[in-house]
Amino acid sequence: MGSVGAKEVPVLLSPEGLRIDGRKLDELRPIRMQVGALHNADGSAFVEWGANKVMAAVYGPREVHPRHLQQNNKAVIQCKYNMAAFAVDERKRPGLDRRSQEISKVIGEAFESVVFAEEYPRTSIDIYIEVLQANAGTRCAGLVAASLALADAGIPMVDLLPAVAVGKIAGKIALDLRKEEDNFGDADLPIALVPQSGRLVLIQMEGHMTEEELSRALELGVQGCREIYEKMKQALRERYATGPIGGST
Amino acid sequence: MSEEVSAEILTTHILDLAAEGKRLDGRGPDDYRPITVEPGFVVSADGSALVRIGHTAVLAGIKLEPGKPFADTPNAGVLTTNAELIPLSNAIFEPGPPQPGAIEVSRVVDRAIRAAETIDLTRLCVTPGEKTWVCYVDIHCLDHSGNLIDAALLAAVSADYPLQVNHLPIECTFVRLGDAIVVDPTFDEERAAQGRITVATDEVGRVVAMQKGLVGAFSPDDVKDVVRRAFRHGERHRILAKGGTP
Repeated sequence: MGSVGAKEVPVLLSPEGLRIDGRKLDELRPIRMQVGALHNADGSAFVEWGANKVMAAVYGPREVHPRHLQQNNKAVIQCKYNMAAFAVDERKRPGLDRRSQEISKVIGEAFESVVFAEEYPRTSIDIYIEVLQANAGTRCAGLVAASLALADAGIPMVDLLPAVAVGKIAGKIALDLRKEEDNFGDADLPIALVPQSGRLVLIQMEGHMTEEELSRALELGVQGCREIYEKMKQALRERYATGPIGGST
Repeated sequence: MSEEVSAEILTTHILDLAAEGKRLDGRGPDDYRPITVEPGFVVSADGSALVRIGHTAVLAGIKLEPGKPFADTPNAGVLTTNAELIPLSNAIFEPGPPQPGAIEVSRVVDRAIRAAETIDLTRLCVTPGEKTWVCYVDIHCLDHSGNLIDAALLAAVSADYPLQVNHLPIECTFVRLGDAIVVDPTFDEERAAQGRITVATDEVGRVVAMQKGLVGAFSPDDVKDVVRRAFRHGERHRILAKGGTP
């Protein structure tokens, strides 16, 4: 997608149907999730996903800043996605850019769709996502980390929000694009799933796909999200399980 | 009665109507408001178009200026899309730097133009790595009565470009109102919406961009349904973009 006028285009799919890193088309990159990675935040999580490193923290429910955003019937959910200047090859100018603001908006809206915000009127639940090292799929890694951080903070939610990007590389639908596949592939479709309802609360897409390819991509994405969902639950168990239920503490 | 309270009553009414398959302005769930396209609206721009969808009015202006290609795409020109949601267009907008809503409009429009390869960016390049034309697409919202994204992209692709236009992406936006998913939401419907989804399609049968917005959720089947509907509306709106009558 970013390939127009680019210098050179790498081979994305080997004759054996394997990807640059040897993965199959429906295979996720390795993911490691750590719940409770920070001391000061009310909830936090660190996610390493392929070559992505993303930290998320949740503060709240707490007083709303700025005050005028306060809502009388529910908590406001404020999400800030930010990328460190050193997270990408060419230094990114620090601070708010339009990409981060858009991603903050759609991630915030995704969480507003699952958090029981009406439980905490006149408060703010602040979600901070910091991308420390980026290699495509950072909004999905951020969503997963933030979702775990919300759970770690004890915020009631309908469900966790697993997320993954599906794409099209060398004409084939592929799960979980890495940087080269994102840059030189044909399409990118990040989604976030509410596993309980089977509905999507984040959908974005850029590139080109036919109607039929899009249907397949959605199916593969949902399957990927379910796989990530299991890993998320496992990460929470690792943080909080203290032995068999009913056992001694 | 405070604005907040009246908005809430209206939302309840809109949702009640939607449950019966009706809409406040009498449209069916798959009907657009009347659309007009006026290319060449401002002569100071290198290309422009004023689009009206019902009471929504959006003006797009195109400017070409000399500049430098990006380091990672030395052979391509530069496309920059910007949207201004100015206080003139609705009481909800305040002066100041662009808010997330405006940024979303510009980025969703930008993605559709870019992914559909509306303009062949390599043809803007004069000297690889050094000199190129920068194509600025500036979107000015004059009257916000809902569905800015569709109006903005339609205005951007209907402009009388001084360039060859290859593909014509058309954006089609839907909102969920209870179990109903209706096209071309008004301002009040957007406020009542339980999720919004935009699908951009081109004339060769490709989906080129999508964006889900607002609080709410869509099932994969909902998405497939709106994609089908978006292709149908896209065909009609493409004729309008070319100055024809569907």
